[in-house]
This record gives sequence, structure tokens and C-alpha cells, in this order.
Amino acid sequence: MPVTVEIPKDKYAGQVRQITLGATKEQGGTRSKSITVGGENTLPFLHFEGSVPNAPVVAIEIQDRKPSDWSSILVEAWKDVIDDPVKWAQAAEARGADAILLKLNATMADGKPNNAANAVQVVKNVLGATGLPLIVFGPGQAELDNELLVPIAEATKGERIVLGVCEDKNYRTIVAAAMANEHTVNARTAMDVNLAKQLNILIHDMGLPLERILMDPTTGALGYGIEYGYSVMERLRLAALQGDGMTQQPMLVTPGEEAWRVKESKVGTDVPAMWGDWAERAVHWETVTASALVESGANIVVMRHPESLKRIKGMVAKLMGK
Amino acid sequence: MALSGLQIYKLLPQTNCKECGFPTCLAFAMKLAAKQAELSACPYVSDASKQQLEAASQPPIRLITLTGVESKVQVGNEIVLFRHEKTFYHPAGVFVRVKDTDAADKLASAVKEIDAFTVDYVGIKLHLDGIAVENASGDAGKFASAVETVRGATKKPLILIAKNAAAFEAALAKLPGEAPLLYGADASNVDALAAIAKKAKASLAVVGTDLQSVATLAEQVKAAGVEDIVLDPGARDFLGVLTLGTQIRRLAVKKNFRALGYPVIAFPGEGASSPDEEPSLAAQAIAKYAGLVVLDHFTPARAYALLVLRQNIYTDPQKPIQVQPGLYEINSPKPDSPVLVTTNFSITYFSISNEVEGAGLPAWLLVADAEGMSVLTAWAAGKFDADRIAKAVKTTGVESKINTKRLVLPGAVAVLMGEVEEALAGWKIEVGPREAVDVPAFLKLNK
Repeated sequence: MPVTVEIPKDKYAGQVRQITLGATKEQGGTRSKSITVGGENTLPFLHFEGSVPNAPVVAIEIQDRKPSDWSSILVEAWKDVIDDPVKWAQAAEARGADAILLKLNATMADGKPNNAANAVQVVKNVLGATGLPLIVFGPGQAELDNELLVPIAEATKGERIVLGVCEDKNYRTIVAAAMANEHTVNARTAMDVNLAKQLNILIHDMGLPLERILMDPTTGALGYGIEYGYSVMERLRLAALQGDGMTQQPMLVTPGEEAWRVKESKVGTDVPAMWGDWAERAVHWETVTASALVESGANIVVMRHPESLKRIKGMVAKLMGK
Repeated sequence: MALSGLQIYKLLPQTNCKECGFPTCLAFAMKLAAKQAELSACPYVSDASKQQLEAASQPPIRLITLTGVESKVQVGNEIVLFRHEKTFYHPAGVFVRVKDTDAADKLASAVKEIDAFTVDYVGIKLHLDGIAVENASGDAGKFASAVETVRGATKKPLILIAKNAAAFEAALAKLPGEAPLLYGADASNVDALAAIAKKAKASLAVVGTDLQSVATLAEQVKAAGVEDIVLDPGARDFLGVLTLGTQIRRLAVKKNFRALGYPVIAFPGEGASSPDEEPSLAAQAIAKYAGLVVLDHFTPARAYALLVLRQNIYTDPQKPIQVQPGLYEINSPKPDSPVLVTTNFSITYFSISNEVEGAGLPAWLLVADAEGMSVLTAWAAGKFDADRIAKAVKTTGVESKINTKRLVLPGAVAVLMGEVEEALAGWKIEVGPREAVDVPAFLKLNK
């Protein structure tokens, strides 16, 4: 006797907001194409019960100068381009990145503090070198972030760049700059559903449309708290699907930065033999971190190593049924 | 699906005879619902009610136990779709597949390496759960001798992968007293394999091509007297595995659909277009509902990453991982290196130790016992105060390792400074930054 199985389909009242990264000429920018994320009305990749219109974006992080604290494995992987953000952006595009995240450092290559003129020039150069949508993160120090990001926002009006990082202690200036110059912002909070929601509300209250706010719930790396990030993302996504309008922002996460900060990826000597081959382990660490985040609802994943980029791109394509 | 106390009450005799030891049938029903009493305590419950209650008390996903030699792995018995709803209980068993076409010496050394693999993760020993042996040769004799070789190299539980009954019988003869998983029964061999599994008291995997076929096979096997069943619904690709895994977990947990109330087995190596793709497929299987994961490519690096993911996903969200309170050395600290104090919440510990270690700065990290809470939470709950900090200083013997008594408090508890100064005479107490990320800059400024 064959057993009859009725496929259990859940219907949700809400859906994730759609956000477009980058603007083409027709849209007021210079990108060769823009990319839309979000829009799903079910959990990640459950095409059988809902609509998942847009694939998660897999971006590559580059920096405005050779990073001083990156693992030698990463430096080796990008060695021909790591001193030049223009070439780096082009290499990332050639390796298949969907978007570029440009991280600005607090100091320039010569050790002097970074300044607006330099940062604006680097951003313009990168925009000129690639047609991909751009995400620009400041060094992570409130005053300097504002000093660099405001002129960048003004100089790139209409490009629909993602500006970050907005945090509860420092978001007003960046949001105002994004609002005046038609950009999007990335709102980062520390692994907490309510904090994420609250920052979305605060930013929206300033007048920035919800279609221009990404949220970054912070995730932790594999082995270093990813279970918190993973569950916060699942809870945020379920809240969004259940109709909570202030949690419906697409999620941007940075598994590259998270995974390459931990000992397993950074350190190759004086570690237990059972940790295995360093280079192999480091890429697994980044890839497995990113895989878990893709499964828990990430809409933009920012990677660092080209091999990890390739693997996560492949995973996402297959989960989209391609 | 668990019944409520009132639902159970309706199935009881409702005579309030007190023979169960509770004053009323309702009180007994409430205890049953809370799983604090056994139905057998009631002498008068009807057979019909008994059956209903027993069926309802079964877990939505059956607990399956594989045993090896003095070893076992248990999977299943999960009750939620998302770990934050409660927790995931039985970590997916991670196995590595070997084939009977490999030479015996090669087989033995491969299995020994897998068997010996163990890493320490925040004080937890992680290891692989067992070996899957495949009858790739199709020959029963070769299979039996490969199983014998494998058994000589490990005591861990086995999964036997074969097509025909003779191969299983030959292999099982080499595994007396064990309960391996037999993989697997499809429409062509289901009756024969069910008979073998029943006789050997082994678990049996059923291999379908979709939900319907796998559920039908599971019912057939159950009717033949095998209750310990594992499901393979057929898909191997990312999307198919995620889709079917989600549907099976939902049917079992939310609909109490018995025919699919068993753990699922995944073969990420079979769906991978190259060995490099296997870890992502395995990661998906671990996160999204596999009870058993059989890898085809073992290296320490990938096993380490996947076992840590499993540990993370299966951590009880209500009980955060704690690190052992004590004194931790970062970057070989010297007697004049600063002592940083924090709590034993794992994320707090990792945040600080990562930042300091990553910046290459030597320091002593003093982890006080704050019952696993983060700095502010512990302070608010009275679990991270001057007394506890002083106690940590005294019990860890840090004073004997340093010559500069310099203690850095987390910025979030700057308010404790006066009390800590009083409790630790002779120490210079400093207030550090609020956030871990700012600690390296602080240490560089305040050398």
C-alpha cells in the first residue's frame, strides 16, 4: 500500500523587502548593472512553497590599501593586486564577485591618517574600474567614518552605494548623507533581534525609506559564536515572514571578515596537528561559516578568499535551482 | 505529538482511586503530561486508552542507536525545526565512507586515521562517529573481510552499505553483538533486508526516490517488524536535500506523520561536483535536519570545521557554552604583562582573546566564574563583582606569575573600580574599553 504524503507548505503573511544595489545609467548612476536582493516570502530557498525571486549576492571585500593585519594566505591569494584597489576590484569581478565591498582603513599606505580627499579618490577609481555595485565601509571609528563617508556619498550621488557601518552610537550622519545622495545604508547591531529591529526603526525615523536599509545582525565565525548569529538570523527572518515590518530588511553578513579573524584561519604554526593543513582549513573555515549563514537567511555574503567566493557562488546558484 | 494534561485525563478511568499515588486522575494526568509519572502506575486504564497514550508519547522522530564495540551513537528524537525554539538534542552522526575495493592495508590505515581523529574545542573533545563500509565490489566475501579489517582498526559504530542480502549476512557475521545501520532497502530488496535487520536487531535505512516512496518503504519495513529506521529520500543536490529534509522534519514534528518520523541520512560527497563542494553540502545537512552524514573525503581540516559546526548548531541555546574559569595566557605573556579580567561566557571570552591574540599583544586573561554570563549581564545579576574578581585573582595564582600588579577591568563595569581596589590591595586597577574590539588600541596606548 503506497503511503500518501501531503507536502507541508507554510504560507506567510510577510515578505522580505526588495533592495536594489547600484544604479545603472538609466537609474542615475554608472553601474553596468544593478542587483536586487530580498523579496522572498518564505524561508531560504523553499521554492516549493513560496517565491524566492532574488539570489543572495556574494561579494568580495577589498581594501583601499594593502591590509596590515590579513592572514598571509589571503595576501598570497590576491598578491598581484592587493596594493591597488582598482586592480583588486577588477580581479574580484573577474573571479565572479557579484558586488565589491571596499573597506577604508584608518591610515593610508604611508602610515598617515586617511582623509576625505584620498578616500573619495579611491572610491571614484574603484567605481571607474568595475561595473559592479559597490559597498563602502568606513574604518569603524565614528568620527573618521563620518569624515570619510559624507564626502564619498556626495561625490557619488545617485550611484546607490551601500554606506556602512551604521551602529546605534553612530548612524545619524551616515544616514543623512545617504538620504541626500540617494544611497543605501548598512545597519549593524550585535547579535540581537530587538537591537536589529530598533536600529532599523531609528534610521527609518530619520526619513530614509526602508527600501534603502540593509541590516547586518553580526554573526560570529564558525566556532566563535556563530550559533548566536545563526539563530538571530533565523528569528529575524521568521519575524519578517510573520509580518513584522521593521525586521523585513535584507541581511548583509561578513563571514569573510569573521572567519579570517580567528586563530584557525590566521595562524599556521604552533597549532594542534589535528587542525590539519592550514590553507585548506582556512578556506573551509570561511566557506562553512558562509554556508551556515546562507542557510539561515543571508541576502548578501561578503567573502575574502577567491576560492571561498567560488564555492559559495556555486552553492547559491544550486540552491536557486540553477 | 504530546498530549495536554486534559487530553490525557479524558483517556483515564476518572475514578480518582488514588492507587497511582496521586490524589485525583486529573493530578495524575498533569504529571503524565509533564513526563513526571509513568502510565503503568494506573492499574485500571483501558487497553484502547493505553494504545492511544503510548502512540502520543512517542517522540516525533524516533531515536536510533547504532552500536559498535563498547561505543554507540544516537540520533533522532528531535522535536523542533529551529534550534531557538528549544534545542537540537542529538548531534548528527558524522561518518566517513570506505570501500571494500581498497586493499586491506590501505583500508586499515585510512580507518585508523579517521578513528584517531580528535580535536579539542573549548574543552570539548570532538571526534568522528564511525565508518561506513561500502560493498563496492559486489562480492559478499570481499565485503565481509573488509568489514573485518575495518573492525580491527576501530571500535566505533559502522554503517554497512550493500545491495544484496548475502553481503549483509556475511558482514554481520563479523560483527557479533553489534547494531550497525544497514543501508539500504529499496523496492527490489526490502523484504529480504527487513528480515536480516530484524534478526540482527540492526537499524535499516530505506532508500526512496521521493517522500512517497521512502514513506512507503518505511511502513513496509515497520510492518515486517523493524522499528529502527533511517530515511534516504533520494536527493543529493543542495536544493533537493534542503527541500526534502525540511519537508520530512516538518511532517514529523508538526504533523506527527509516523511514516516519516525517523532520522534522515545524507551523502554530501555524492552530490558534490568536486570534493571541494562536499563541506558546504555537509554543512547544510548538519544545519538542516540530517541525523547521519556520511562523508567521502576525510581530511583533518574539513573534519575539524564540520565537527565544530555540528557542535555550534547543537549547542543548547538556553545554556550558553561556558569556558573554564581560570588564567589564560595570550601570546606568551611576561611577568610585566597586564592582567585583563572578564567573565566565562564563551562569546565574551572569545571576543577578548581573539582581539588581543590577533593584535599580537601579550597579556594574561583572567576569566572569573560569572556563571556563563556576559560582563554586563553578570554584573547586573551580581555574578561579576569585586568579590568574584578578587577570588579569581587569588585562586588562579596569577600573583605568583607577575611582577607588575596591573589589572584591567572591562569598561562596562567601570563602576566596580573602587571596590576592586579595596579588595585587591597593592594592585593598580585600570578601566579598559567597553568593547573588545577597542582593547588592542587601549593596550598599545597604555603600555
